[in-house]
Order: sequence, then structure tokens, then C-alpha cells
Amino acid sequence: MTTTSVRPYPHIQKDTVDKFPAPLLYIGWEDHLMFCAPFCLPLPPTLKFGDMLAGPLPGVFGAHPDFAKIDWTKAEWFKSGKAWTPDASKTLAENGLGHKDVIRFRTPGLNGLNGSCN
Amino acid sequence: MSNVFIAFQRNEETRCIVDAIMADNPNAVINLQPAMVRIDAPNTLVVRRSTVEEQMGRQFDLQELHVNLITLTGHIDETEDEFTLSWKH
Amino acid sequence: MDMKVNKKLNMKDRYNLMTRDLDWEPSYQKKSDIFPYLEYEGIKIHDWSKFEDPFRLTMDAYWKYQAEKEKKLYAIIDAFNQNNGHLQVTDARYVNALKLFLTGVSPLEYMAHRGFAHVGRQLGGAGPRVACLMQSLDEIRHSQTQIHSMSNYNKFYNGFQNFRHQHDRVWYLSVPKSFFDDAVTAGPFEFMVSIGFAFEYVLTNLLFVPFVSGAAYNGDMAAMAFGFSAQSDEARHMTLGLEMIKFILEQDPDNLPIVQRWIDKWFWRGYRVLTLVAMMMDYMLPKRVMSWKEAWETYAEQNGGALFADLARYGITVPAGWTQACKDKDHISHQAWATFYNYGAAAPFHTWTPSESEMQWLSEKYPDTFDKYYRPRFEHWAKEQKEGKRFYNTTLPMLCQTCQIPMVFTEPDDPTKIAYRESDYSGMKYHFCSDGCKGIFDHEPEKYIQAWMPVHQIYQGNCFTPEADPTAADFNPLAEVLKWYRMEMGKDNLDFEGSQDQKNFKAWRDLATAN
Repeated sequence: MTTTSVRPYPHIQKDTVDKFPAPLLYIGWEDHLMFCAPFCLPLPPTLKFGDMLAGPLPGVFGAHPDFAKIDWTKAEWFKSGKAWTPDASKTLAENGLGHKDVIRFRTPGLNGLNGSCN
Repeated sequence: MSNVFIAFQRNEETRCIVDAIMADNPNAVINLQPAMVRIDAPNTLVVRRSTVEEQMGRQFDLQELHVNLITLTGHIDETEDEFTLSWKH
Repeated sequence: MDMKVNKKLNMKDRYNLMTRDLDWEPSYQKKSDIFPYLEYEGIKIHDWSKFEDPFRLTMDAYWKYQAEKEKKLYAIIDAFNQNNGHLQVTDARYVNALKLFLTGVSPLEYMAHRGFAHVGRQLGGAGPRVACLMQSLDEIRHSQTQIHSMSNYNKFYNGFQNFRHQHDRVWYLSVPKSFFDDAVTAGPFEFMVSIGFAFEYVLTNLLFVPFVSGAAYNGDMAAMAFGFSAQSDEARHMTLGLEMIKFILEQDPDNLPIVQRWIDKWFWRGYRVLTLVAMMMDYMLPKRVMSWKEAWETYAEQNGGALFADLARYGITVPAGWTQACKDKDHISHQAWATFYNYGAAAPFHTWTPSESEMQWLSEKYPDTFDKYYRPRFEHWAKEQKEGKRFYNTTLPMLCQTCQIPMVFTEPDDPTKIAYRESDYSGMKYHFCSDGCKGIFDHEPEKYIQAWMPVHQIYQGNCFTPEADPTAADFNPLAEVLKWYRMEMGKDNLDFEGSQDQKNFKAWRDLATAN
């Protein structure tokens, strides 16, 4: 639907990938609402998925007591809400992740503070 | 049937206005809050100038309601003599 | 000699003579050139004279009564300041509610002034033009009186000093800012429905009653006096909004679907902005007035219910997001406070964990949700704080493209799951917190793809001062953003415990009561 206007409405996309140092990735940890919202991170498309888990993620999620207990081989992943299986040895781009994609992970058995999803 | 309401700051002037409203609206109910008084009435509420003047002991212009009014609900009908709130459903 | 006493004009005739009867039909300019914005929104008005002015206030009466209100208000503000009224508040945590108000709400009053000045020129009828111009004057009055009321606090407490600069830049303030920018860039009819009706009628009590009663309950006479003084103007605003809705709907049946869509959109956008008020009521008032849930039940469900029952005769239905908003009344305040606790280093006001007795109150007010879904995080954070590890989230959050709030809201039927919605548009993905926000975007995507989203702007490098050097070895992006926000690290932000505000308040109160 076009925006109603008196003159042609300009097309201005503020967040195209060329404006960022790297494509944005949104990432959320299901059942860990102590982190109030999913996160937004600019990550190089050449970063290996496994290196992302070991590199930036501890700084992002490490404050939660569950984080140190995560067994990544058991984590379940979702991309845009659909079940998805990333390959830790491949890069973000090779895993099909592009600018402003959203992924979530669930860690069965680790369901937040005292299992409260917090 | 729903309530209309009108709310005023609580002071010596509005005390007279509230007394007038209660006299003219037998089904109205007063709700006191810090610094505020709210009057609820089913479907319709009227503020009558002549009754306010009796309570206040002086001439009163209904537009003076603006000075102490906090909020209200309902459709308004305003004349020199009466200020009425009502719902039409 | 006979004294002939002329009969006075009655109120209605006098008002008409001094307003709409001063209007004229242009004889040498086209009406569509004089009023160029009246047709493009698709609204059809056949007879502007059918607009009924509910309050027949002419300018002389306006100035008279407004002057009286101003004199009373400034006398109270003076007395408050002279008496060190700020030391009478329950405790200094309360002052943070005022910082939230000054940064988030007062600039919106100014934008309302601009918006009503615009439609006060652009509407095709003299009656609504007069009412809009009065509202425009009211709104700048509100902006000024709020700033005056709170300026005394600025002398003593941190975080007030850069409210104007911060409104245009700080992450949580893009929420109210974008709300009003959306409204003032819409056409005159949408503006009237969005602000005049949806905000000033349906939702206004949910903004003002909590803040003003909160002030009254917590010993803040200045804010309370401002609040009541402004509210009397609000009664006129409410009636203008309601009358505009009735007038538009009565003019042409084709207007109904357009108006309904605006009501749906603006109820949702306004409701999302009120998240800040919900958290203020439940977490920031040392002496609480009522819970957000109770306020919602009174002012939205009961009052709003009566209003929509009345409008049903035009074919108007309750707004699309109504059911979800009613479900979420048990949740949003807790989710919002937890967000500000997370990002406590990045806001110019203090945050804290609720005390045990405060959690008891929350438990009683939210018997189905607080203990199960929210107490665990607050208890965990309190424990960490005692151990010297107060939790500060240092990674930027994902934001909703429409309301620009971080994606903190959960599925209406499962409060353990963050709600994710998305749309593809013009080769890019866009994300939303709810069906409501996604629907608004999908209808007018071009309006929202240009949004200045704080998190994205930070990553684009647009939120640093000219002196910042991203290539320097010790470059700390978050510290640089705070500099750009003009937020004083360690003074304006962080936990209330150990803050300068806390220490000063205690010291001054002690001084006032001992020798």
C-alpha cells in the first residue's frame, strides 16, 4: 500500500546494509527473559558460526547463570521462527544469514532462573 | 447504560459546585481522591447555574467551570443556564 | 429619558458572531489552493457548518480564564520552591518519575502545539479552526508550565538538564518522539483522529491521572498543581476530539473505514507509548496510587467501553488491538521496568530493584503473573547487586520498526515467549513486536522504512560527538554514545543506590529536621 500524500512520497530506506560496518543479525535466547529483548549485532558475513558462539556470544549472554552450562550440540535453532540447523563450521553467509535476519536458540533443560523462563 | 462523570480540583469554590450538582442529580455519586473530587452519574449529569449561585451566594457564569475542571466524559451541551453531560446509547 | 436596555446575546449567538460569522467565501482564490490538504486523505466533508462547537469559548473568555489558572499555578510553584517542597516527597526515587516525564512527555506537548497550529490553519471550517488554535495555545502552555514546575527539581537533582537534546537522540525517547512525528506528518484529518481523539479522548486519562495522582500521593505539590491546571484545558481538548469524530462520521458514510483504520492505528501506537506510564505507576512511585492494571480497567475498559458503545451507532468498533491490550495489562509494566533495569547505564534517570514490601504489593495487585513470571528476575538482580555485581546489559537490543520499543513484549497467550513478527519490503526484512505494529507498517511501509532507529543509528556511527575517534585504541563506543547523549556517567544514570541524588536528598532532609 502506498502512503497517502499530496505529492509523490519519497523512498528512503534508512537501514540498508551499505550503511553498516557489517550486516545486522538479531539473536534471541528463548526462555531467558532476564535479557529483556533479543539483541542486535553487526557481524561480518565471513565469521564462522561456531566462532560466533565462542567469540561474541559470551559477552552478550554470559551474565546469565545458565550460559556457562550450555551444550551447543544440543541447542535448537530457529530462523524467522522456523526450525533451522546451522553448520558451526560454515560462515554466517554460507549458513544463509543476511542483513537483518533473526535467529533464536533454545537450550532444552536450561529454562531460565529456577526454570521460570527468566 | 453507562456513567458520565465530571471531576474538579477540591477547593472552597468547587465545594459549592459539587453541592449544587448533588442537589440537581439525585442518582449522582461522589468519589473523593487526593485534591480531586469526581462525580459519576448514570447516563446524564446537569450543572445548573441557578443552583450553583444559591450554594455560592454570588453570581456565577457557567464558563467559570473551566478554572477548576479536571476532566469529564460524555457529550456536552452548554447554554448560559445549564451545562449537561450525556451519553446517547 | 427612557433607558433602553438591549437584550444580551445568548452564548450560542455571541459565539457564532465572533467565530464562524467572521469567515467568508473567497472570491478570487480557489478554495482548494487556500486549503490544499483537505482532499488527499480521502475524507469527504460536505458541510463544515455542521461542526458543533461544544465549548463556546471566545478569545476574551479564553484569556480571562487561562490567566486566572496561570496566576494560581505560578503562585503554587513559587510557594513550592520557596518552601523547599522537593524535600517533602516520599523519597528521592520519586524524582525519577519526573525525569521520565520531562524527557518523554513535555516535548510532546510542544509538538502538539505545532500540530494544532498547523491544522488550525488547514481545516476548512471556522469552528474547528478556532478550537484548534486554542488547543495550540494550550499545548505550548502545558509545555512551558511543565518545564517551569520541574525546573526547581533541576536545581537539586541530576538528569533533568538536557531533556530537549535527549528527546531527539536517546534510545527510549524515540518511542514518544516517533509517535508524534508520525502524527504531525499525517494529514489534518488523521492528525485530529490520532491526537484529538485517540490520544486526547481515549487514552489521555491513562497518562495524566497516574502522573498527577502519583504527584499528589508522593508529596509533589508542583507537579500536582501543574497537572490539575492542565487537565482543565484537557476537558476542552477531549470535547474537540470527540466532536471531530462525530462530525467526520456524520458527513459521509465513506469516511467510516478510513476513520476506523486510524482509530485502530492510533489506539495501538498510543497504547505502546503508555508502556512508560505503566512502569512508572507500578515501579517508580514510592507511594503507589493504583496498579497499571487497575488504571487500565477504570480508564480504558470502563470509560473506553462506554465511549465505544456510544460510537457504535456510527458503525465504529472497539480498536483492533483492544483485546490484546486488555490481556497485556498484567504484564507490560513489569516487562518495561525490567528493560530500564537492564539498560540502566543508558538512561538519564536511576533504576532499582523493588523492595520486598514493594514486591508484596505487586504480588497482590498481579496475583496471576507477578510471582510466576517477574519476581524471579528481580530477586536474582537484588542478590547480584548485594554481591557487588549489579547487572547492566551492555549489548544493544532489537527494536520494533513501528513503535521503536525494544522487542520486550511477549505473545498475548504465552508470557514466556517474546513475540516476533516480520515483513519483507523493498528487498529488506522489517521486524515488529506485535500484530498491531506489523499491521501499521504493512499499510504504509514507506512511512516507517525511513525511521531513525536509535540502535541502528548507533551502529551506523551516527551517534558520536565530532571529537570521538573510532580508530583510537581505547575507543569505547558506549561511553561515546553517552557523551553524545549529554548524559553524565555516574551522575545521571546507573542505580539509585549510591547515587548523588540519594545521598543529597538524605543529607538535605536531615539538615531540614535537625540542628
